Amino acid sequence: MSVLVYIDTLSGKITKSGMEAVQYGSKIGTTTVITNGAIDSNQLAQLGGYGASKVLVNRSLTANDASQLARLIKAAVAAVDAKTIVFSQDLTGKAVAPMISASLKAGLVSGAIALPDADGKIKVNVFSGKAFGIVKVNTDKKVITLTPNSVGVTEGSGQAAVEDFSVDFGAPSYTTKEIKKQEGDILLPEAGLVVSAGRGLKGPENWGIVEDLAKALGAATACSRPVADIGWRPHHEHVGQTGVAIRPNLYIAIGISGAIQHLAGVNGSKVIVVINTDPEAPFFKAADYGIVGDAFEVLPKLTEEIKKLKALN
Amino acid sequence: MKLLVCISKSPDTTSKIDFTDNNTKFNESGVQYIVNPYDEWYALVRALELKEQLGGSVTTISVGGVDEEPIIRKALAIGADDAVRIDGEAGDAYYTAYQIAEYAKSNGFDVVFTGKETINYNGSQVGGMLAELLNMPFISLATKLDFNGNVATIMKEMVGGDEVIELATPFVISAAKGMAEQRIPNMRGIMAARTKPLQVIAAAACDRLVSYESYELPSAKKECKFVDANNMGELVSLLHNEAKVI
Repeated sequence: MSVLVYIDTLSGKITKSGMEAVQYGSKIGTTTVITNGAIDSNQLAQLGGYGASKVLVNRSLTANDASQLARLIKAAVAAVDAKTIVFSQDLTGKAVAPMISASLKAGLVSGAIALPDADGKIKVNVFSGKAFGIVKVNTDKKVITLTPNSVGVTEGSGQAAVEDFSVDFGAPSYTTKEIKKQEGDILLPEAGLVVSAGRGLKGPENWGIVEDLAKALGAATACSRPVADIGWRPHHEHVGQTGVAIRPNLYIAIGISGAIQHLAGVNGSKVIVVINTDPEAPFFKAADYGIVGDAFEVLPKLTEEIKKLKALN
Repeated sequence: MKLLVCISKSPDTTSKIDFTDNNTKFNESGVQYIVNPYDEWYALVRALELKEQLGGSVTTISVGGVDEEPIIRKALAIGADDAVRIDGEAGDAYYTAYQIAEYAKSNGFDVVFTGKETINYNGSQVGGMLAELLNMPFISLATKLDFNGNVATIMKEMVGGDEVIELATPFVISAAKGMAEQRIPNMRGIMAARTKPLQVIAAAACDRLVSYESYELPSAKKECKFVDANNMGELVSLLHNEAKVI
């Protein structure tokens, strides 16, 4: 079966969730990748290591315009006669996958967390992570958006053939006035390790100990909603129901009580560590490991121990 | 400016999630339904603010049975001028988008709003599908929206940052946190909502592209293992050797 995977490489790099989507596609069928923007062919060829047999790239489309991307992807679907089209469930996938689905009348499964089973049914997150749904697609063609960090990614060897893919992707649907890049190297939605803090930190000037721990671990930083709302931390760090939903291997929550809206954004994490002065904090009920203690005393000790472990390994 | 806001009902955030009929149906007993928060707090309230600034009208549209009407009246109480309910059975995003598109096509809206996702299905699907069916641009995950004439300036989220863009109406936009603040309806609004027009339209024939066959609940979480605050070496060892995450 022919599978087409769209990956976003506008940053000039292939993201981890992009690799995960490619590998996911390759377990369903013969996988062609479609991408766009200024990315070099050597990097793209390495997608062969994640199961891609061919990579189509359109370097003249450098915008993040959903209408143009939809036209590019539809042309690629036709070119390889794709039966399954895979996106990462990131901001681009959330915008473009529904357009492709409606245009091709291909059933859309969004937020997949597993491969299709023997009957082609796919498990997804529903009720903000509080349950799973099993979705059946009633059409011949299907579109799947894959939740980042849901099936993981393993590096292999192999090179994919890279081809330029020119196609008329139409006029832009809008004019870009400004792009504001986030600081930091690790994108929160695809981070494997996340260190997150809340109001228990008492003020933005105290985030140094959180950042030290994140740095020692190689983790991304995140925060609770009140902290983003009062401007202690940038809004893209806010995890929870109205912020980003994440599913890292390890989520360390510091000084966050664990309101249901916060849990909705992190309950897919594999392991949760909660550090809180209040032994009655509701977050402990969702935690794997708990520390009742003051972040200002606990964090520096934890960071030291992490550094010791890293030095040994 | 003629604005259309798509609203859907969703279980209250604190609802206990449970299933019946051999795990094929959501257990609605004791569940309080609310207007999906993204549809209400961000899409509807921003549409109302724009109407107050620029004039025009705000219509809400929902796809579902009579049980959608309490949340439709809530939206009218917050300030929408009128409402449309397409009398169909929601469940598949394409079906919902198709019904809304059929209505919107012949009614010349300048902007069609959706929330970024519903909190029950979390699909983020209807907005993009609507845009495609209406042949309009789709601006997803917008956090700010202002107008100068018919040209909108929008801040939207993108992978790794934010983008400020401009485009002319008409378009479809999905609203995320930042667009507006929640509004509580006042008594006058609640009284007025009872008599505001709510038009019910029969659903058009449309295939279901996907179906939700069954549901599962996550396996119960193990008891939390407490580690002494003075023994971070033990925590690191547990994370390394037992949980194997670092």
